[in-house]
Amino acid sequence: MLEIKNLQVRLQDEDKQILKGLDLTVEAGKVHAIMGPNGSGKSTMSYVLAGRDGYEVTGGSATLDGRDLLEMEPEERAAAGLFLAFQYPVEIPGVGNMTFLRTALNAQRKARGEEEISAGDFLKLVREKAKTLKIDADMLKRPVNMGFSGGEKKRNEILQMAVLEPTMCILDETDSGLDVDAMKLVADGVNALRDAGRAFLVITHYQRLLDHIQPDVVHIMAAGRIVKTGGPELALEVEKEGYSDILGETA
Amino acid sequence: MAAPKRNMAARVEATEARIAALDAPKGGFTAPARAAALARLAEMGLPTRRDEYWRWTDPSAFNAPRPQGGAAFRVDRPIFEGRDKVRLVFVDGVFDAEASDDPALAGVEIARLAEADRADIHWAKALYGALEGEGHTPVERPFAALNTAAATDGVLLRVTGKAEKPLHISYRQSSETADVVLHHVIRLEPGADLTVLETGTPGARSNVVTEVDLAEGARLHHLRPQGRALERQMITHLFARIAEGAMLKSFTLTANGRMTRNEAVLRIAGDGAVAHIAGVALGDGADGPYHHDDTIFIDHGAVGCESRQVFKKVLKNGGQGIFQGKILVRPGAQKTDGYQISQSLLLDEDSQFLAKPELEIYADDVQCSHGSTTGAIDETALFYLRSRGVPKEDATALLVLSFVADAIAEIEDEGLAEDIVARIEGWLARRKH
Repeated sequence: MLEIKNLQVRLQDEDKQILKGLDLTVEAGKVHAIMGPNGSGKSTMSYVLAGRDGYEVTGGSATLDGRDLLEMEPEERAAAGLFLAFQYPVEIPGVGNMTFLRTALNAQRKARGEEEISAGDFLKLVREKAKTLKIDADMLKRPVNMGFSGGEKKRNEILQMAVLEPTMCILDETDSGLDVDAMKLVADGVNALRDAGRAFLVITHYQRLLDHIQPDVVHIMAAGRIVKTGGPELALEVEKEGYSDILGETA
Repeated sequence: MAAPKRNMAARVEATEARIAALDAPKGGFTAPARAAALARLAEMGLPTRRDEYWRWTDPSAFNAPRPQGGAAFRVDRPIFEGRDKVRLVFVDGVFDAEASDDPALAGVEIARLAEADRADIHWAKALYGALEGEGHTPVERPFAALNTAAATDGVLLRVTGKAEKPLHISYRQSSETADVVLHHVIRLEPGADLTVLETGTPGARSNVVTEVDLAEGARLHHLRPQGRALERQMITHLFARIAEGAMLKSFTLTANGRMTRNEAVLRIAGDGAVAHIAGVALGDGADGPYHHDDTIFIDHGAVGCESRQVFKKVLKNGGQGIFQGKILVRPGAQKTDGYQISQSLLLDEDSQFLAKPELEIYADDVQCSHGSTTGAIDETALFYLRSRGVPKEDATALLVLSFVADAIAEIEDEGLAEDIVARIEGWLARRKH
């Protein structure tokens, strides 16, 4: 599904190489986790895949279902099935959460040549998804992420994912700033979306999220590359030993 | 009153030429007020760009004895069309009875200035030109005096109860040279309640004065979408006196327009009174020159009053926005709550926003704040929206709506606010690449 080959990226404004030949393949139906120390390039990877400005791809490729992601505008990537749950979801005053969600869903449908969803069907869909994430009517009515707690913002990201039904979901440190209960809610939301046609890439510092979202494959990223790949046991190893031992091994 | 003016000879000459070209109505109850206003105008003289409050806005379009022609905007879909209201239509500043509703609204006495002015006695006699006459502070407003002297028509409203529906003053332009001078007087008796909708652009050149006198506990909502005329050359003045416990809320939407200046002088005269004034301006220089100016003076002269100024300007392709806003808190006006914010969203690097916020406070127990910002579209928010599949142009439009939301929130009636938002959405949709 997602295929990254020898991806090399540097920051546009400063002469700094962040990704230095990243290789990663995520198959449909699988959950991959990426762990790694600060500054290893995890967030850069997620932003480059989603199409944020400020990065220059100096080499390599990234495709989603064989389509060149790097050639597409951010909105085209979304319509193609890519979703990035932000580490820091953005507050947008004056734009209602529902308006935002409906605009996004209909824009994606339009881009795919599908019909717009009716107001009634949309309301039903959102209410149903919101309920399982314990997002109440008041949160739906409020402006996007305004006055939301850290946990509410992350749940709102998962709600967007549930409504938009992307095929490739990237979660960028979705566990940061969450207490145990909030993390469980978020994990339940993600697990409910697991299916044979959908893949996940879970970026995290800590093993604890992976207790709730069981990964199929775990990668360790350092200095802009994947340095080690293994099963769920690799995450436990990181938790026990820290990164230095593992990185020492591979150096 | 003012410092000695520079370049007096040229000013006197321009003023005399302007006055000579006026065709002011004669006789009637307004005659003394018109004569006094004419004397005021002659004394003040027309403004020049050297005058403090005209430094950023060129008055020449308003100074010229005859207007520069301007094409009328063809209105395809009038705003507030579906709302229940009593509509009074003025075409090129002339009342159009055919196009208007029967001017009957329970609790509201409705008269036309041009008709009422045939009599010597009228309730509006004590008000016509009175608030304008007191409103030449902190600066002179010669075009308001000119208006009082020369207005050919207008609406006189006296409200005694709660009006069951809004009164709608609808302007239409048909002639490319119409030079329109309209003067409205609105008096709300104690506890009265009215919503006034004022829509469109009256003429090629327009000068509109509205004098509002709110008695104790009265409430006036004023909603003014000024149309979409690209060639608009319009100056308006809103003079209000607000008595104890009364409330004025005024909102203006200005889309397009070569030269629009909206002045307001709101005098808070009774304890516990409330004055809110807000505006959204939308200008795209690609359509032609855009210049929009809000010049506001809020005068707190009583205890425990609240004022809010919320002005938002969205500018692109060389559009120009001006904000000059002053709050005066007089001695003894304790517990004043005064707030002022003026912000611009510049959609490119060619546009310009100039702001002059002023506070002058002579009471010690007050809460006054003001702020002014200029910014571009927030790139992080834009990326967030696009990453959810919203195309760039639509995402930009959503962020513009987000930017103006605080000003829209000043409109109390949800349905009317929706109509205003729909106008803004339409304006943005027509400007997608």
